[in-house]
Amino acid sequence: MTTPDAVLFYVFAAVTLASALVVVGQRNPMYSAFALIVTLCSLSAIFGLLGSPFIAVLQVIVYAGAIMVLFLFVLMLLNVKAEDAAEGSGSGILKGVGVALAAMLVVQVGIVLQHAGRGMAASGFDASARRVAHVLFSAPYVYVFEATSVLILTALVGAVALAKKEL
Amino acid sequence: MTALQQELVITVVKVLVLFNVLLGLFSLMTYVERRVLAFMQFRLGPNRTGPFGILQPVADGIKLFFKEEVAPAGANKWLFVAAPAVSIVTAFLSIAVVPYGGTVHLFGRDISLQIADLDVGVLFLFAISSLSVYGIVMAGWAANNKYTLMGGLRSSAQMFSYELALGMSWVGVIMLAQSFRVADIVESQAGGFWHWNFFRQVLGFLIYVVAATAEVNRTPFDLPEAETELVAGFHTEYSSMRFALLQMAEYVNMITASALGSNLFLGGWLSPLPQFIPDSPLWFVLKLFVCLFFFIWLRGTVPRIRYDQLMDFGWKVLVPLAALNALLTGAVVVFPR
Repeated sequence: MTTPDAVLFYVFAAVTLASALVVVGQRNPMYSAFALIVTLCSLSAIFGLLGSPFIAVLQVIVYAGAIMVLFLFVLMLLNVKAEDAAEGSGSGILKGVGVALAAMLVVQVGIVLQHAGRGMAASGFDASARRVAHVLFSAPYVYVFEATSVLILTALVGAVALAKKEL
Repeated sequence: MTALQQELVITVVKVLVLFNVLLGLFSLMTYVERRVLAFMQFRLGPNRTGPFGILQPVADGIKLFFKEEVAPAGANKWLFVAAPAVSIVTAFLSIAVVPYGGTVHLFGRDISLQIADLDVGVLFLFAISSLSVYGIVMAGWAANNKYTLMGGLRSSAQMFSYELALGMSWVGVIMLAQSFRVADIVESQAGGFWHWNFFRQVLGFLIYVVAATAEVNRTPFDLPEAETELVAGFHTEYSSMRFALLQMAEYVNMITASALGSNLFLGGWLSPLPQFIPDSPLWFVLKLFVCLFFFIWLRGTVPRIRYDQLMDFGWKVLVPLAALNALLTGAVVVFPR
């Protein structure tokens, strides 16, 4: 049975995977950055298909909108050219470790897929702004949430202090 | 036809109509901007093509169609072509959630004058406007030219900084309406012009005006294209229809910013005196044109500011003021008088 939702899901899933492969495989860091933006946007489309536009929009605002702009800014500022292929691909030990890690990943994904249900993920769960805010700002999570915001603020102040000694 | 198919047909019709209206409005704005600017500077402006020069946009369009597409030899082919497309797509996407009227009753159905009525409408606009910087960054980087690269760099820093202030200027409005839906925010301003957010959110409105001007790269914040220092900034190397697309994206973004400003702060389609004159989409159109005129007026009046001034003003004045505004509005909403 193929509903329009399922078709769209497969399209966006394919785009997500393909662009994620480009991110890893591409030697040119600018291409990688743009491919990552595509990955994040199509991931957000999948969130939208699952019936949570709020999460979808947040995904775009935070990752595709804010974080990737900073990535691109730094890449353009340093004017990074394509990575030198000769460097870092020499050692045989590194290659061995890489192959072993890849094999482990394949096994893990296989195990997860075997235990996962065959149907589509539960859609229509309540992830509206109101609901998310209630969960974030009530008993178990509020302390962690506030601690995280203090941590980020500390990192921010630290970064400014390091970058600008004579403030 | 099933209900779903009917909905689909109505939406497609709305998309087509809005798309063509926007194209018309874009060409009209290129003419109006040149004429109004000319009168502000004691010139005449384009007045040869047709009566009062009104056919000038048509002539420009035909000219651009027949120009040769030139790409620099060292340009990155894929991204150079993709950049105008990204710009125009993000520009047209964001106008989809902007309502231009309430609900009308046509052919026995209620039709809302808006393409997509999202529950998270304002956030969606914020997300798309944060993506719109990529078209400019891509164009600046792909052309492989130092001026375009400078333009792209500037725009990424500028739009990122002012986006923050832009989003925070909406927080007060959202709190007052208790909703992210643009239509809800308009309805929350009902009851005469003194209920409009323009009066209830003076600080928020001022921050929105400044941040929106910076976000759509208009003078005095047109640093990404600053023609006196960067030739033409990020679109230096573009010609023909690709240039036209970039230009169109810029104007459509300006129209979106004006439409959003009139919806969030000027009461959208609501009448200023509801006792005497009924609400109507015509009010929205009128407010839209006032905002568009304001953008042109600004360009004719204020000189471009320096880059370090721009960044200082964004981070050290606008963002703290927006935070203060959110705090005050929150206090008013939570502690009733």
